[in-house]
Amino acid sequence: MSTEQHILPGPVPVLNLPPCHTEEEYEMVYHKPATMVDTTMHYCPGCAHSLVHKLIMEVVEELDIQEKTVGVAPVGCSVFAYDYMDIDMQEAAHGRACAVATGIKRLMPDKYVFTYQGDGDLAAIGIAETLHAINRGENICIVFMNNAVYGMTSGQMAPTTLPGMHTTTSPDGRDVSYYGAPIKVAELMANLPGAFYVTRQAVNSANAVRRTKKALLNAFKYQPLHKGTCLVEIIGNCPSNWKMTPVEASRFIDEEMVKTFPLGDIKIPGAEDMKIY
Amino acid sequence: MAEFKLMKGNEAMAEAAILAGCDAYFGYPITPQSEVLEYLAREMPKHNRIVMQAESEVASINMVYGAAGAGFRTMTSSSSPGISLMQEGISYIAGAELPCLIVNVNRAGPGLGTIQPGQGDYFQSVKGGGHGDYKMIVLAPASVQEMADFVYLGFDLADKYRNPVLLLSDGAIGQMMEKVEFKPYTRPVVDKSTWATTGKPKSRNRNYITSLFIQPERMEVHNLKLEEKFKQIRENEVRFEEINTTDADYLFVAYGLSARICQKAMDIAREKGINIGLLRPITLYPYPYQRLQELASQVKMMLSVELNSGQMVEDVRLGVNGKVPVEFYGRMGGMMPTPEEIVHHLETLIQYHHVN
Repeated sequence: MSTEQHILPGPVPVLNLPPCHTEEEYEMVYHKPATMVDTTMHYCPGCAHSLVHKLIMEVVEELDIQEKTVGVAPVGCSVFAYDYMDIDMQEAAHGRACAVATGIKRLMPDKYVFTYQGDGDLAAIGIAETLHAINRGENICIVFMNNAVYGMTSGQMAPTTLPGMHTTTSPDGRDVSYYGAPIKVAELMANLPGAFYVTRQAVNSANAVRRTKKALLNAFKYQPLHKGTCLVEIIGNCPSNWKMTPVEASRFIDEEMVKTFPLGDIKIPGAEDMKIY
Repeated sequence: MAEFKLMKGNEAMAEAAILAGCDAYFGYPITPQSEVLEYLAREMPKHNRIVMQAESEVASINMVYGAAGAGFRTMTSSSSPGISLMQEGISYIAGAELPCLIVNVNRAGPGLGTIQPGQGDYFQSVKGGGHGDYKMIVLAPASVQEMADFVYLGFDLADKYRNPVLLLSDGAIGQMMEKVEFKPYTRPVVDKSTWATTGKPKSRNRNYITSLFIQPERMEVHNLKLEEKFKQIRENEVRFEEINTTDADYLFVAYGLSARICQKAMDIAREKGINIGLLRPITLYPYPYQRLQELASQVKMMLSVELNSGQMVEDVRLGVNGKVPVEFYGRMGGMMPTPEEIVHHLETLIQYHHVN
C-alpha cells in the first residue's frame, strides 16, 4: 500500500480558452443510419439484438434499398423489431417468418425480403418452415440470432443450448442423452441445394462486428441474383439470461460458444454463381 | 344467353378465384379438396399468378398472411383437419386485419375422421376457432354455382372489412358436378397503400403488419376497434334465403348440403299437407337471428337439420329465444339423412309437441 499522500491542488485557474468547435467544423466519421427509428430500445444492456438491428439498417442505407425492403419480425425478444427499423415490416407468428417471407417475396420478387429470427423461433417451432423455404431456394435473407436460450420468456433451454449449459428448464445443465445435442443450423441448412450463402458470425468484438456487417452486406447484395437463400447465423450475446456481465458474455462466446458453433463461412457462392453479378 | 359449364364444386371455386383476380394461392393436399390445388397448379401460371404447394397448412396460411400483408388478393383452401392446423394463422390474420379468403371443404371428424361430407366445423367456423376475440365472415354455399359466386363475394367482403372470410363448404358440394355460370365481375377499387408492406418510400411513414399490442390499454383499444367492425358486419352483411315461408306453420333451418336435402324433404312434407318452409342461412356469421325471431311469431316449431351432433341449432335457439320449440335432427360421420328420414322425424316431433 502506498503511503504517499495525494495533495489536491488549489482552485482550478480560469483559463481563457477559445470557444469550442461547432458541429460543422468536425468531420463526421460515424452516424446512426437514417433507416433506424430514433427511439430507446427495450433490449437489455450488452444484448446483441440492438447491434445487429443497426447493422442491417446500415446495409439498407448503404445499398439505398429502404423503398425496396420488407422485413419479417419473429416472436421472441426481437418481436418489436419494427419499432426500431424504419422500413415496412410484418410481424409473423412464432416460427412462421420464412413462410410469411415466402408469401411476400413470391409476389414481389424485386423487393429485398429478410427475416429476423431467434433460435427458438427458427430452430424449434419453425424449423420446418425454415428448411422448406431454404430448400425451395426462396430469394430471401434469413438473419438467425443464436444465443442458445429463449430470451423473451427469460432463459429456457433452446434447440441450440450448449451441452451442460444451465437454463431455467435445464437446471442441471443440458443433458444431451435426454434432449439431444444442439442443432447446428448453419451446417444443417447449408446441405440444401437452395442455400446460396451460409455463414456464421458473432458480434462480441469490433472485428466480429465488422465481419458480420460484411456478411449481411453480401447476403443482401446477393438477393437480386435470384440464386437462393442467404442464411446469416449470428452468435448473439445474452448477458441477462446467461447470468453474466456483458464483458463475461462476450468472453463466453469466444471461449465456449464457438466450440459448438465455429465461426466462418459455411457455403459461399462459387465464381460461376457470381458471373451475372 | 348465359354460358353454363359442367364442373365440380372445387373446380368452379378455383376457376372463380382466377376470375376474381386472386394473385396467389397457397395450399396443401387434403381430401376432399385437393382438386383446388391441382386445378390452380395447372391454371394459375397461365395467368402469371402465384400458386404454391406449401409444406403444411401451417405454412400455407402464413404464406397467405405474408401475401395479404403485402396488399395482394390471396387465398388458401383445405378440409377440416387442415383448417384446424390453420387456426393459429387465422387468429393472427384477424388480429392484424388482413383480407383473405379461406375455403373449408368440411369433412367429418373429429380427428382424422372420414373424407365424407360433414358440417361438424360449424362451431369452429363461426365461434372463433383460434385464440382471442375475433370473427370471420362465414359464407355457406349450397350449390356449385354458389361455390363460384361466393368466391367473388368473399374476396370483396374481405377487402371491405380487412378481415378473413371463410367459405364453408362440404365434401359433397365440393365433389359434385353441376352446371355453373361465371358471371361478369367488376372488382371494387380498394386502396391498400396506407397499410400494405410494399417497401417504404421517403414520402410516407413505415407500414407494419402486427397483431401485437403489449400494453393492455392499447390492446383493448384494438379489441374495441375489431368489435366495432364485427358490429358493422352484423348490421350490414346478414344473408339468407327463404323458401315457402309465407304460409309456413313449421320451419326447417339448414345451410349448405343440409339445406339441399331439406328442400326435397319440404316438398314431400307439403305433399302430405304439412306446411313447412325453409330458412337457409347464407352467412353463418353474421347469423340471421333477427329473421328467426320474426319467424318465431309465425311458425309453431323449427327443426334444425345438420350433418353434425347439433351445433347451429344453438344459434337458432338464440334467435328464437324460447318462443317456439326448436328441435334438431342430424347424421354424423359422413352419413347423410334421406329426405324421407327427415320428414318422418318431423312428423314425430309435430305429434310430440302437439303443435298440429
